[in-house]
Amino acid sequence: MIYLDNAATTRVSAEVFEAMKPYFCEQYANPSSIYSFAGSAAKAVDEARRRTAALIGAQPNEIYFTSGGSESDNWAVKAAAEALERKGKHIITSRIEHHAVLHTCQYLEKHGYEVTYVSVDENGVVKLDELEAAIRPDTTLISIMAANNEIGTIQPLKEIGALASKNGILFHTDAVQAYGHIPLDVERLHIDLLSASSHKFHGPKGVGFLYIRKGVRMGSFLHGGAQERARRAGTHNTPGIVGLGAAAARAAAQMEETIEKETKLRDYLIKRVLDEVPYSRLNGHPSKRLPNNANFCFRFIEGESLLILLDQKGICASSGSACTSGSLDPSHVLLAIGLPHEIAHGSLRLTLSEETTREDIDVTVEAIKSIVERLRSMSPLYEDFVKAQREHGAQE
Amino acid sequence: MYSEKVMDHFNNPRNVGELEQPSGVGTVGNAKCGDIMRMYLDIDENGVIQEAKFKTFGCGAAVATSSMATELVKGKTVQQALEVTNKAVMEALDGLPPAKVHCSLLAEEAIHAALWDYAEKNNLTIEGLKKPVEDIEEKVQEDE
Repeated sequence: MIYLDNAATTRVSAEVFEAMKPYFCEQYANPSSIYSFAGSAAKAVDEARRRTAALIGAQPNEIYFTSGGSESDNWAVKAAAEALERKGKHIITSRIEHHAVLHTCQYLEKHGYEVTYVSVDENGVVKLDELEAAIRPDTTLISIMAANNEIGTIQPLKEIGALASKNGILFHTDAVQAYGHIPLDVERLHIDLLSASSHKFHGPKGVGFLYIRKGVRMGSFLHGGAQERARRAGTHNTPGIVGLGAAAARAAAQMEETIEKETKLRDYLIKRVLDEVPYSRLNGHPSKRLPNNANFCFRFIEGESLLILLDQKGICASSGSACTSGSLDPSHVLLAIGLPHEIAHGSLRLTLSEETTREDIDVTVEAIKSIVERLRSMSPLYEDFVKAQREHGAQE
Repeated sequence: MYSEKVMDHFNNPRNVGELEQPSGVGTVGNAKCGDIMRMYLDIDENGVIQEAKFKTFGCGAAVATSSMATELVKGKTVQQALEVTNKAVMEALDGLPPAKVHCSLLAEEAIHAALWDYAEKNNLTIEGLKKPVEDIEEKVQEDE
C-alpha cells in the first residue's frame, strides 16, 4: 500500500505510541485527583503542555487541550465572537476555510452576527487588500487558516496578524494542517488564538488544543469541570495528551529535515505529473505551500473514479470532487480559486509524509498516467475535445 | 460503499466506446454537476437494438449504471427499452448508495435521449417517450 492521504490523517509514530502506553493500564489515574497515584499522570499532562506550547513559542498556560481541530475551531470562533459582542458583531474569514470554521461562522450569522468572507487569488492566497478593506469598527475577530487542507497554500499570517493587532482585532488561525509541519510562532505572527490537531502530525486521533493568548477573555465551550484552568471541562485524555506532546516534541526535533525531504519529493511529484500527464494543472501556490501537499486537476475526468482505480492499485488519495463531498458541488476551495465546476470535479490531492519514498512517487505517477488515460478514453468530454481539436486542425 | 456488481461494471465496463453511424445518440447530464453520459444505439429495421455503446464522465456509479443500461437494452425492441427504468438499472446492479441514485436516473435519461434522437431522425413517434430533459439535476429535484 502507498499511503498518500496524510492530510486526512497520519500514522501514529512508534515513539509516540510508546510514550502513550503507560497511561492506559498502569498510570490510569485521573490527573485532577488529589492522591499521589495521580501525580504521574498530572506530571505527564504538564510535560505534554510544555512541549505543545514550545513548538509555537507559547507559554504552557496558554495551551488548552481539546478533542481536536474541529472543537478548537468551533470554540475559538464562537467564544471569541460572543465575548466581544458588546464591541461588535462582525467577523472576517476567508472563502477557503475548513468547514469547522465556515459552518461555525454560518451558525453565528443565524444568531445576528455579520461575516465577511474574503476571497483568494488564483493560488489560494487571501487577498490582503480585500481583508484590510473589510475591517470595520465593529469587527472583533479575523479567522484565517494557516495553510489550506486541500490545496496546501500557506497564508501570509504575519501580514494578517499585523493588520489584526494594529486594529485591535483578535486573530484566530486554524493551524490544523500547519502545526507540526511548518514553523509557527505566535509572537512573531501576532496570533491570539490557534487551533491544532494531533493526528495530523503522527500523534493520536481525538486530541488537539486551542492556544489562547494570555489576557484574551472568552468563555468556555464545554461546561462542567475545572480542568484546563476552568475553561474546558472534561476529564483529561491522558494518553492522547501525552501522545500529542510526544508528537510535538518529535516534530520540533526533525522539522527542518522533514521539510527538506518532503519538499524535494513533492516537487519531484509535481514536476513529473505536470510533464507527463497532458491537460493537468497544479492547484495552490507553486512554492508557498505545505511541504507535503500536491493537488492536481485532470481535465475530462472525474475524481471519484480516479480514487477508486488508484485504490485498486493500492494507492490511498483523496479528491475534492462532488462525489467525495456528498453534495453535487465540487470543493468550495477549488471553486474559490476560480476553477470551473467541470475542472474542479477532476481533482486529486496527494499528501506525503516523512515515510514517503521516491519509489512510492514513481509508482503513483505511473498509476495516475494509465488511469487518467483509461478514464479519458471513456469520457464524452474528452471525445468532444479531441473532435474539436481535429476540426480546428483541419481548418488550418 | 458499492456493491460487487457496481464495482464489476466500473472495473470492466461493458460496451464502452462510440458507434460510427448510430441510429440514435443522446447525451445527458452536465459537467457542472460532475456527470455526463452519452449513449449510442444501433437499431435495425425491425426496431430491435442491435448494438449499444456509451461514454461517461462521472463517478464509479455513473460508469456502472451506463454500462448496465447498455447491457439491458441490447437485443430489446425500442418499446422494451423504454421499460429499462432507473429502478431496473439499480436492481440489476444490486442497488446503489442513496447519494448515487441520480446516476441511475441519468442512465435512464441517456437511453431516452438516444431513442428520441432515433425517432427524430426517422420521423417516428415512440409511444410513451417524452423529450428528454437536458438538465438531469432539475429532474432529480422534481422527482424529490
